[in-house]
Amino acid sequence: MENYQISILVGVTVGFLARLYLLKVDYRQYPSYPHGYVTHISFGFIAAAIGSVAISAIMKPDFTAVTFLALAATQFREIRKIERETLSNLDESELVPRGKEYIEGIAKVFEARNYLVMAVAMVSSTAAYFGGWAYGVAAGALAQMVSIRLMSGEVVGDFAEIVPSQPLFQGALLTVGGVVIMNVGLPSHRAKILKEGLAVVIKPKHDDARATLDNLGQRQAILHVAAALLGSKKEVGELEFTPLARKDIDTGMIAVFLLPIEPDMECLIEAIRKVPILESAKRRPLASRVGRKAAD
Amino acid sequence: MAVQLKDTILAVISLRPEKVQGGGAPIFWAETQEELEKNALNLSRILNGAIHDLENGVYIIVGH
Repeated sequence: MENYQISILVGVTVGFLARLYLLKVDYRQYPSYPHGYVTHISFGFIAAAIGSVAISAIMKPDFTAVTFLALAATQFREIRKIERETLSNLDESELVPRGKEYIEGIAKVFEARNYLVMAVAMVSSTAAYFGGWAYGVAAGALAQMVSIRLMSGEVVGDFAEIVPSQPLFQGALLTVGGVVIMNVGLPSHRAKILKEGLAVVIKPKHDDARATLDNLGQRQAILHVAAALLGSKKEVGELEFTPLARKDIDTGMIAVFLLPIEPDMECLIEAIRKVPILESAKRRPLASRVGRKAAD
Repeated sequence: MAVQLKDTILAVISLRPEKVQGGGAPIFWAETQEELEKNALNLSRILNGAIHDLENGVYIIVGH
């Protein structure tokens, strides 16, 4: 076979497999519908094809052919917009919504994954062009491992300690760890909350953590994941059982209250520990001189 | 989803007349604690609001 053909074939195959692997690893972030998988897989294939053709175009040489990479960028940006709109529309019918920040994060990740696949396919096809299919596969696998390492984000458990707590009432005010969460009117609702409610306190380990947890989008993501994994007894007309998170203004710790269907404290702590830190919510005041000075 | 008034008092249910004055939301008087709670529950379901207790014999239904 010609060099072009091996290179393109290897590039497309490795890129496509890389996309499949990424889909498997993080499926829980997306709504689970089969047509969604078809869409993701198709775009992954297209991205792999575009990436693998680039080196052949340069070697031919046919430099103008590389301009289609710009076309790919436009297309993928469109996809991010579409994904964001779809998820936002679906979020309206969720009882405990993901929130705009989380959705933005998901849409960004979707776009970024297509670019990564393009890059992996490019690396793989270049190696295959110069060294044969074995080198192509090896280089592709290496590129994929590097990209997974670089893209893997932090989770809440990395920068905060999650401590079990109790929902308590001071009169009609529901409190967790000394933080007032909300006013619950009916005595029967209060009894239900005391009997079946779960509460945790998220203690940030440092100022960067505190600033990140301050973000409402990050808190909403925590609530959404907790409610998604443990269930929530919130109903359209029963707003008293809404999962809520409130900050202690003096220490920055976040008190979380949830009325779950599965009352398992260990699972709740584990679920919150694994909530991803949203890129847009991440703050690092300690990285600046002023922030460090203010912190001491 | 239909538009709903957010963070406004949709209704007030009270045991004691001297504790509430008029001002936009309808006031429902109750004679016993039981009637108070029953009215509050019914109204919260109908208005799709949350019940809050002001701890002086007055309950308010607020849209969130």
